[in-house]
Amino acid sequence: MSDIDPLKLAGAKAKGKRPWFFEDADVERVMNITLALMQEVAVVRERLDTVERLLERDGAVTREAIESYTPSKSEADERGLMMQEYIARCLRILQQDREALTRGKEASSEEVADEFARTD
Amino acid sequence: MADTQHGPSGDISYDGPPDYRAVGRHGVYPETSHDEIARFNFLAQMNRHLSTKLMPGVSEAFETRIEPKRETAYETRHQVRKDLVKDPLFQWWSALRRATMENRQQAGRWVTLRQAEALNAKVHELTDGDPRLKLDPDFTLPRGVCAIDHHCMPGSYHFENTPGDITGPANYDAGIFATTGGMLGRFNDGGGVAVAEWVKKNLGADFKPKRILDLGAGLGHNVLPLAEAFPNAEIIAVDAAGPMLRYGLARAKTMGIENVTFIQGDVASLSQFEDESFDWVQSTMFLHETSYKTMPMIFAETQRLLKPGGIVLHVEQPQYSQDMPLFEQAMRDWDAFYNNEPFWTKMHEIDLDDWMVKAGFAKDDLIHGGVAAIVDPDIFPSAAEDTEQEDYGRKAAWHVIGARKSA
Ligand SMILES: C[S@@+](CC[C@H](N)C(=O)[O-])C[C@H]1O[C@@H](n2cnc3c(N)ncnc32)[C@H](O)[C@@H]1O
Repeated sequence: MSDIDPLKLAGAKAKGKRPWFFEDADVERVMNITLALMQEVAVVRERLDTVERLLERDGAVTREAIESYTPSKSEADERGLMMQEYIARCLRILQQDREALTRGKEASSEEVADEFARTD
Repeated sequence: MADTQHGPSGDISYDGPPDYRAVGRHGVYPETSHDEIARFNFLAQMNRHLSTKLMPGVSEAFETRIEPKRETAYETRHQVRKDLVKDPLFQWWSALRRATMENRQQAGRWVTLRQAEALNAKVHELTDGDPRLKLDPDFTLPRGVCAIDHHCMPGSYHFENTPGDITGPANYDAGIFATTGGMLGRFNDGGGVAVAEWVKKNLGADFKPKRILDLGAGLGHNVLPLAEAFPNAEIIAVDAAGPMLRYGLARAKTMGIENVTFIQGDVASLSQFEDESFDWVQSTMFLHETSYKTMPMIFAETQRLLKPGGIVLHVEQPQYSQDMPLFEQAMRDWDAFYNNEPFWTKMHEIDLDDWMVKAGFAKDDLIHGGVAAIVDPDIFPSAAEDTEQEDYGRKAAWHVIGARKSA
């Protein structure tokens, strides 16, 4: 047995005070955990894609076949697109924040309701 | 791209990082399972998303709601940054970017630490007793190397879990694809390949270096292309970090590159080498990890070590010149403050020409240029052609500042 404990050491903290970006550090902690989950779902999704492709190709799948699977260029592109689509879905709220920025002031529904109720 | 038209995404063509399996595997490359590869793929895509989809929002936030609120004009990039950190879009982009870096470190460390024993044994067998690895057991690490763990890499370049452990460099090597989204090419050496081509093109056919010194060579990503471009030259790669050198020699040997010697040392003081003993002194993405105290020493050593007519080249991200907008400077400082690259900000604000002249190079002998990573464009994204991705300090395109020592 090696003296190295990979599970403990893999997630070790780097030397140097960590910068936090949100006013409430707990929000950032939750974001970190959410991002890690997002990553792990991506891993499962890619594995499922591999399984599907192997089944299509060979009609059967083994763990060994999964490990040695190498996508062709066009398969890799499809998987890359799938991943981009997935990330865009997960981070949708930030895309919309960005769009709101450049759209200038938009009326709220309360304001529009009031406008629609006017008869003058 | 006609052949992607059957996928679930219809007929959108793909523009992004290649699959991780396109990365070149040398003989001491860590093994990676299907899911470990998938994790690196996600991280590469995530970095790409952050730089192409979210980062442009930071400049939009700056233009629409940060700068307009400011009463007087900005005078320094630090004023800009202090306002940026209060903006929610900057906060989200930054928090995600930092978290992605920490996840990348964890992913790469898991890969290498779980196979530490086998990897270490392989590297030892390739390097023990090889005269091209010169480690110094009494070496004291320069403060620039050990004050902080660079780019959130626990143990930085130098830490060994067990004597001679190389899992640190193996992690650096295996994960750099994720950080750069594949922009550095198959062997993460697109910078070095570009430098070799630049030298051949700009310094002429009569420049035939016999002895080349690489400062802060790391595990040799960018020095091996020089060794390949000048196969008859003797290449000396110096670094402060023993594990990088040990892994570097093993890596080079399994790639069939035999003309590089890896020496542990502090490049601020290279008394082991004689005056005027090198034709070419190179540093690549190195100066930003030194200090104001050591840089003049490094430049003076370079001047001493070069043969008359020899050249020195430093390859780095561009300096913060007067013409560079303060917003861009503040964004380029991100890695300095939020990715453990503390000297980055200080290094980029100085007048490098002036420092070179103070070290004894003549102003007329200074060399300036630019290089972009050279990669296999059928598989890897090309920084030279990529106008979508700015990514500031992380773009795979650099400035060259150097000098020819007067003959
Ligand atoms: C960002 S890495 C660049 C590595 C390499 N040039 C490349 O392009 O891949 C910087 C390297 O400089 C080394 N370094 C920093 N300060 C040093 C010093 N004073 N003497 C020798 N090496 C040093 C570090 O150990 C690290 O490996």
